[in-house]
Amino acid sequence: MKIPGAGLAKGLAVTMRTMTRRSVTGQYPDVKPELPPRSRGVIALLEENCTVCMLCARECPDWCIYIDSHKETIPAPPGGRERQRNVLDRFDIDFSLCMYCGICIEVCPFDALFWSPEFEYAELDIRDLTHGKERLGEWMATVPPPPAHDDSGVRPKELESAAAALAKAAAGAGSERPSRHRRDEAAATPGAPAAAVPEPAEEPAVDALDVEAVEAVEDVEMPPTGRRALGGVVWAPEEDER
Amino acid sequence: MTEALEVVLRIVLVLGVFLVVPLLVGQTEHKAMAHMQSRLGPMYAGGFHGWAQLVADGVKFAQKEDIVPAAADRTVFKLAPAVALIPYLVVLVAIPVAPDWVGHDLDAGLFFVLAVMGVGVLGSLMAGWASANKFSLLGGLRSAAQLMAYELPFILAAASVAMAAGTLSLPGIVEAWEPWWLLWQLPGAVVFFAAGLAELQRPPFDMPVADSEIIFGAYTEYTGLRFALFLLAEYAGIVVLSALTAVLFLGGWRGPFVDAVPAIGVVWTLVKTMALAFVVIWLRVAYPRLREDQLQRLAWQGLVPLALGQLALTGVVAVVVA
Repeated sequence: MKIPGAGLAKGLAVTMRTMTRRSVTGQYPDVKPELPPRSRGVIALLEENCTVCMLCARECPDWCIYIDSHKETIPAPPGGRERQRNVLDRFDIDFSLCMYCGICIEVCPFDALFWSPEFEYAELDIRDLTHGKERLGEWMATVPPPPAHDDSGVRPKELESAAAALAKAAAGAGSERPSRHRRDEAAATPGAPAAAVPEPAEEPAVDALDVEAVEAVEDVEMPPTGRRALGGVVWAPEEDER
Repeated sequence: MTEALEVVLRIVLVLGVFLVVPLLVGQTEHKAMAHMQSRLGPMYAGGFHGWAQLVADGVKFAQKEDIVPAAADRTVFKLAPAVALIPYLVVLVAIPVAPDWVGHDLDAGLFFVLAVMGVGVLGSLMAGWASANKFSLLGGLRSAAQLMAYELPFILAAASVAMAAGTLSLPGIVEAWEPWWLLWQLPGAVVFFAAGLAELQRPPFDMPVADSEIIFGAYTEYTGLRFALFLLAEYAGIVVLSALTAVLFLGGWRGPFVDAVPAIGVVWTLVKTMALAFVVIWLRVAYPRLREDQLQRLAWQGLVPLALGQLALTGVVAVVVA
């Protein structure tokens, strides 16, 4: 049976119950908000990883990334030939145009772009919202480590391919050769792995690598440039061959 | 000489209450409404939980330009806020807060209070007519319609208490009050409180100032201090209505320890008044605005018959008890 006035009482009860609970308002300037992981605050640039491939600038839906570069010739090592590499002169993101879609970060093959949760970069003039590589580089410090992999989830491609390559290397005793293309790419960004991870100079030789080593790789928590570090492990045999 | 001093003292006290308690109610509304809506409300003004927000608002209003529309009836336009505000100050004089604590003890206090409270609505009518603005006029007309509809149950419910107590004097009513009246006069109390809310044009009876339809009704053209006076009148109205309901239906100063120390009565009056003021705020947060036809139907088909029924019940019970 419907009691007359039950709806009115319910309305009063809802407001009273809400009053006894904690309000959801954040005291923003005094108390910083607790942002969820992978918050899209600003795009940070790890300059050392950038190869000026221009993929980000071309994929950007509103063309707010401006890149300039020049080529630099690396003197030939004894018995070798001269190589060229791209040097980044300008990497600007116009955050007045950016719509925070994150496509540039997704598309970057060398992990040079990252989401940072930093969001306090308002300006009084819209033109001041174009930030250069120095400013983008400063935001690298605010990039959080990637969240740990889900135990029950699908293993990342990188770990799978690393494990497969290691198994193959162990089985074939280092007889297979990786493609040339891949090696050139690595040479094009000499400083990159050094920035975040030590050079795989003290990597154990191919024969020493066994299944345990693969396990060890899996246990490593991936730093921002983890993929490249893994690349170093995978291609270590090739360095030895040369 | 001492008599004159006493009169001055009483007036100053009433004026102080008139200026302070409505601000307290306003601040309570700020904070209670905010928390009922899961917000925090003012937090900065004054440093501690925004206690000085209304002071800051007052300073802001005082700084604003006082604009009178070109087509407005200047005299009436300027007079309206005072007409809206002063009746509540006058009513406060007649409301007893403790045994022998009353601004002025009138024999026909209830008559006086109800008559003067009706004048307050005239302020809205004057403002609506003098503003030369169609929204103001609509708001004024709605105020008038609301006054017509709700004054009747308001007075009938008050008459019921007067009948029960056998006196029109407000302190006399409080003296005569018994706790079981809470039940006996309950319908009358509900009718009185609801009709009083409607006369104050408080939500859910705020059709005359429905901002989504007619901007701010009769107060649309007002700025600065005059607008602040209208706001103050609204909160003073809440205080007066709450105090009056407490005096008529909740026994005013009556409560534990009053017989030993009469001054404790002030505390009881204040507690009851503030609790009712909180209910006014609570209703504002919980309920949506009534449409104009719903407003009229509630008054004529709901409150008036209920008040008449209460009157009959009071008469019968009073005769039986006597």
